[in-house]
Amino acid sequence: MPRKASDFGIRSNRLPEYAVDRDYELCIGCGVCIRQCSFDVHYLDEDHDTVRSRSELCVGCHRCSALCPTRALAIKPNPAQYRAHGSWSGEHVKDINLQAETGGVVLTGSGNDKRAPVYWDNLLINASQVTNPSIDPLREPMELRTHLGARLDAVNIQAGSLDSRLPPTIPISTPIVFSALSYGAVSFQVQLALAQAAQELGTLWNTGEGGFHPRLREYGSNTIVQVASGRFGVDLDYLNSARMVEIKIGQGAKPGIGGHLAGEKVSKDVSATRMIPEGTDAISPAPQHDIYSIEDLRMLVFALKEATNYKVPVSVKIAAVHNAPAIASGMVRAGADVIAIDGFRGGTGAAPKVIRDNVGLPIEFALAAVDQRLRDEGIRNRVSIIAGGGVRNAADVVKAIALGADAVYVGTAALIAIGCTLCQKCYSGKCNWGIATQDPYLAKRVNPDIARRRLVNLVKGWSHEIKEMLGGMGINAIESLRSNRSQLRGIGLTAEELSILGVKPAGG
Amino acid sequence: MDLVSLLKLNNPFGDDKRHAACAIFGMMNVSGELMPGEQVFAAMNNMHERGNGLGAGFAVYGLYPHMRDYYALHVMFTDVRGKTAAEELLRKSFVLEGSEPIPTRKTPGISAEPLLWRYFLAPLDTSLGEDGEQDLLMDMVLRLNTEVPDTFVFSCGKNMGVFKGVGYPDQIAHFYRLEDYSGYIWTAHSRFPTNSHAWWGGAHPFCLVDWSVVHNGEISSYGTNRAFLETLGYRCTLFTDTEVMAYAVDLLMRRQKMTPELFAKVVAPPFWEEIDAMAEPERTLHTALRVTYAGLLMNGPFAVVIANGEQMIALTDRIRLRPLTVAVRGDIFYVSSEEAAIRFVCPGVDAVWTPKGGVPVVGRLGLIPKPEHASDNVGVCVTACGGYRDAAQS
Repeated sequence: MPRKASDFGIRSNRLPEYAVDRDYELCIGCGVCIRQCSFDVHYLDEDHDTVRSRSELCVGCHRCSALCPTRALAIKPNPAQYRAHGSWSGEHVKDINLQAETGGVVLTGSGNDKRAPVYWDNLLINASQVTNPSIDPLREPMELRTHLGARLDAVNIQAGSLDSRLPPTIPISTPIVFSALSYGAVSFQVQLALAQAAQELGTLWNTGEGGFHPRLREYGSNTIVQVASGRFGVDLDYLNSARMVEIKIGQGAKPGIGGHLAGEKVSKDVSATRMIPEGTDAISPAPQHDIYSIEDLRMLVFALKEATNYKVPVSVKIAAVHNAPAIASGMVRAGADVIAIDGFRGGTGAAPKVIRDNVGLPIEFALAAVDQRLRDEGIRNRVSIIAGGGVRNAADVVKAIALGADAVYVGTAALIAIGCTLCQKCYSGKCNWGIATQDPYLAKRVNPDIARRRLVNLVKGWSHEIKEMLGGMGINAIESLRSNRSQLRGIGLTAEELSILGVKPAGG
Repeated sequence: MDLVSLLKLNNPFGDDKRHAACAIFGMMNVSGELMPGEQVFAAMNNMHERGNGLGAGFAVYGLYPHMRDYYALHVMFTDVRGKTAAEELLRKSFVLEGSEPIPTRKTPGISAEPLLWRYFLAPLDTSLGEDGEQDLLMDMVLRLNTEVPDTFVFSCGKNMGVFKGVGYPDQIAHFYRLEDYSGYIWTAHSRFPTNSHAWWGGAHPFCLVDWSVVHNGEISSYGTNRAFLETLGYRCTLFTDTEVMAYAVDLLMRRQKMTPELFAKVVAPPFWEEIDAMAEPERTLHTALRVTYAGLLMNGPFAVVIANGEQMIALTDRIRLRPLTVAVRGDIFYVSSEEAAIRFVCPGVDAVWTPKGGVPVVGRLGLIPKPEHASDNVGVCVTACGGYRDAAQS
């Protein structure tokens, strides 16, 4: 559990981030806000029979505001802000105070919330005019089916039939895959909704490194299981119950560091799924201790292929870091069938804030550079690339594919569809929206059936939009967009940025 | 003219690629009997409005029967210095059995013609085998086109040749004295480019060894196709859809020996819905082709006539966004952007039909294509107009 200043015997002098604005003309004192807030912001003042709030405890998740039956509550940024300063923002002052009180690492959840450049927003998409026709997806076939896995350079055909043994690939109906969200970090209800939505959509979800719950194994053919540094829940049955196995080397939100699921979150069910004792901390080491070099990766890749009889693709996921192209090249040569690259705006259940906000690269650059390097080396066709970390809408998906991705991972967007409001307190285990928690009282707030429907709607909506954009470009199959950077133009970018992205400036 | 200036000529405004629409025409006598080009010229004239005078060309098979064992190189030199350098390079790997100017004549409307020369080559190393010889030749052509100044090789097959330049088809035919030649396959092209300077090398047909391509289209997947081909070592220097189409032909049909039918399944594959409905082993085969060659799906409008010494192939994109009509009369197989052009030169076709999108119609030596439906047969049908001969006389 996150510790408060009072745990250390130091009084906090931090200003509250949020101010709870309660309209007492509207408030009927029903107490919904009290029951909804796991951070104990709201309480009944029995002396005056009035509901009151402790703004300093508010995390800004807006659960109370959303559920208040009379709309009496508004959560606002606290008007009492630290003195404005061009160099020392209120956040710096707050964090320093927090560390002065606790001597610890400032934790956070979710993805980088800084004004780091979002290069998707500097890319514009093309459309056909006159010289070739745009295609109306409501009238013409428009194909989003994508195959994930390794490909041969050429196939042999003898007497009209195939004479090559193809590596295993997974067809997905749309190039959108749910990214790793482990049981422990998120609730069972969330994983169930993801698994069911993936099945209904014909795509994949990813267990993350928290094991594969027995009740979810019926969705195995839509599941990616992870083998991460903690190896939680990994056994032969685990590997063979999924459609793809992913070796997790790194995560965009926290490249180079491991994970730590507090013992409080390791419930009986989590302990069984992760195969660790109940109530113990689940530590994922920073590196995989059997991978200290690229040849070690090759051994693990092939150990997993042996264990699964070469029936499923093996993915290797890395955080987007400075030398991602060279690393990706090594991964392909080490036998990866899929490489997943996670950009520095990717989400997390818990990460040191200083890491989340400062380590790694925007996915746009890493993706473009990796795709180009693999092409330069003549090995791009051998693998599929899944790009993740900050994909917010259908246009981002289209741009990612034009920069070279086969498909995208979406995590944060999926959680927002379920209810997440990005309060970034995932690490606390007290998620009021029932997503990032193991507290049964909170977790049951996610109705898996409704969550599934919302996820399906989201991906269907994006898929329709992708088809519209493809049709506008005069393209009727998603594979004809892959690495088709001439369909993109950059706006407001330097020549060097354009060169790395491999796109021309708008108007050029 | 080094590579840089070549790019400038071909893509003066630095566009992603050239945008062009066109007229294409082809005729093949599947018995191998040589035919003069007059029907081809008349058909192209009939489709005059589909071009804008910025490029036209012809590929002729059966062109040099007396030199059939030699690779015939048709080369443009923008300066005579290129010729010296090119010949020096050629002699390192080939014997020059013949070397002569390509006969031309002054033609109104044709100007700024380069020095046009043809060579008949045999490899110095006689132990290479056919594939080895072709690879050597491809390598040589690439070097001549990119490393030797003022030089552009525009065809290099055996017993075939390309004639092309800046002008309308009738002007180009007149300029090259094409009435003096005959062939059993003729393909022709007239361009309507929107963003390219008139450059002789930019006209169609495009030719790699004995494969030639005339193409009407704008491929929206150009960037994807180009990236795929460059991964395999091709260098796309001309920024044209036709260049990627020609490289796809080279990769799949020349190097990987795919049939035209399989080639079509790569560049214009069936939709997944159709593949899912196929019986085995077709489903596995088509899935494998689409997965493996996803980067060679040519997406967007195209109609193309591809030929080599054995066959002539007509193909459109899978949803048929550019026109193409085929017809047969006796041993002659016609392909045209417009049916009118075929009717004009051959009023009494046996059958005429519009091929389905993505379905190739192939004429092979000894094998005339069959109409898809019995109703395509028009029987002996002589129209009121006696065709181009009468039209020309009246």
